Amino acid sequence: MSLDASYLDYPKRRHGMDHDYYPYSNLFDRKPVQWPGDKKLMIWPVISLEYFPMVPNDNPFRAPGHMQTAYPDYRHYTAREYGTRIGIYRLLGAFEKVGAKISVATNSVIAQRYPQLIEDIISGGHEIIAHSTDMNGTIASGLAEADEKALIEGSLTALEKVIGTRPRGWLSIARSQSFNTAKLLAEAGVDYMCDWANDELPYAFQTDSGAITNIPLNHELSDRQIINVQQQSVDSYAQQMTDAANWLLAEAEQNGGRMLPMHLTPYIMGLPYRISSFEKLIAGVAEHNDIGFARGDAILDSWKAQK
Amino acid sequence: MSDVQKSDPGLFDYAPYRGRPKIEWPDGKTCAVWVAPNLEFYELDPAVNPHRKSWPKPHPDVVGYSHRDHANRVSHWRMAEMMTKHGFPGSVSLSVALCDHIPEVVEDANQRGWEFFSHGIYNTRYSYGMDEAQERAIIEDSIETVQRATGQRIKGWLAPALTHTPRTLDLLAEYGMDYTCDLYHDDQPTDVKVKSGQLTAIPYSLEVNDHYGFFIYNMSPREYADTLIRQYDRLAEEGAQSGTVMCIPLHSYLIGQPHRIGPFEAVLEHIAADGRAWITKAGDIVDAFRKQTGDLS
Repeated sequence: MSLDASYLDYPKRRHGMDHDYYPYSNLFDRKPVQWPGDKKLMIWPVISLEYFPMVPNDNPFRAPGHMQTAYPDYRHYTAREYGTRIGIYRLLGAFEKVGAKISVATNSVIAQRYPQLIEDIISGGHEIIAHSTDMNGTIASGLAEADEKALIEGSLTALEKVIGTRPRGWLSIARSQSFNTAKLLAEAGVDYMCDWANDELPYAFQTDSGAITNIPLNHELSDRQIINVQQQSVDSYAQQMTDAANWLLAEAEQNGGRMLPMHLTPYIMGLPYRISSFEKLIAGVAEHNDIGFARGDAILDSWKAQK
Repeated sequence: MSDVQKSDPGLFDYAPYRGRPKIEWPDGKTCAVWVAPNLEFYELDPAVNPHRKSWPKPHPDVVGYSHRDHANRVSHWRMAEMMTKHGFPGSVSLSVALCDHIPEVVEDANQRGWEFFSHGIYNTRYSYGMDEAQERAIIEDSIETVQRATGQRIKGWLAPALTHTPRTLDLLAEYGMDYTCDLYHDDQPTDVKVKSGQLTAIPYSLEVNDHYGFFIYNMSPREYADTLIRQYDRLAEEGAQSGTVMCIPLHSYLIGQPHRIGPFEAVLEHIAADGRAWITKAGDIVDAFRKQTGDLS
């Protein structure tokens, strides 16, 4: 099949990006960031708290980790529930031991179904950020704007009702957005989103309804990517996170504060044979004077105050 | 083209590894090592090519796009600094539209003395389905754009996202290119059969490409570093018989991630310290090869 002549037209070939969401910026050319407590490296743990309905939805796409067999898929439904019953408490325990406050990206249905868990997270001093309604609440182009708006609003409102305050952050399922998502999040009053992985510090993201901050939650450093997708061991995961922390600490000496996002999934990392290695990793970095842990909202506020 | 010609396009003559004339690299080095950073630009919402989908997800593919954009904002700078620190120049596989979008990255590579070859206009525009005029247009665009941005005349080609047509290699030779990085049949350079001029296939590599390492073979950063060291050690040993080539093809958005760049440094240290490596650029390797095997052009 031959190609239309327009295939060699490049309407957005120009200086800068091929969209208006953010301008180009070199991380190493920016004013150095200084974290609270003079920490050189801030680790930002984000746990995804997910509810998978046993009847999956493929519109616009089926979420990673969702049901796979003919109905009833007891094996995946219950294995995911293991995360919300057991795994989450192992992870919270690991962070409590070192006094770390973290972000928990929560399906709003979890708040409605398991208010006790939400109370435990809040009373532990952690932050709840919105993570859609449940794992059928995926977003991509093709989802009608009105439906997407209702999904975002539904998630924020339901979480607010249980927590008492409106979540300031948003993580999309699989970090998947439509062309409308950032705008709808800004309209809904969300302060930051986590979906774009193109940077290692927060940056301003422009929409037709004003600015929102993107705090990059690097998927490459997630337990899902390293352990589930790339099939590496938890010991290798811990080695990789240690290598990353050491690299960023050295970089911070020259270039100012650095951030290490640590995206965790309770049904992946919270297993008995993995959690000890994870606890060792957390305890090890916590001993380092130059390394701190922070919630997403704390990183956002600190970064914004220095702009 | 007949079905017989399609089945065997006659790219090169068979040449067994045993009994070849000895290729000698400068100063008695046994393995020519070149690093090929892919400096790319991917479009958020590219035009559709009916022969290949650009992004696996509906546009915008936020993870796919932003992962690659990490290269220009963050990881290029990390990777480039480390290469310079250990004395490795780059031979850049360039999405030439990067010269327009983010000239900062292209200027940085140029100032480090790196060489550029074309990797198409964007890595989201594919050659499949192009007629001859369209293919000439992207070659001419590549030559002019890189010349304007860097002062360099490109000498080589790696097809955009490895998409070719049966006429690509002939056209490259006609436009005076010296080398193609698209053929993976050998650990030494090979002259390719072309209608006019001379075109040398320089060993690039998919097997030790960081993309394959991390996403086909699912290696950890340290396993990938170990793989490169083993690849080098073997090629340096065999190169005593007849000089070999090792390419280290990189994408900074992969190798320049914070968990990978540290382990990768061990590779550059190992090769730089070994003594058998001719650490150089693609064009120099092709020139040295042709001096020994005959310059047909």
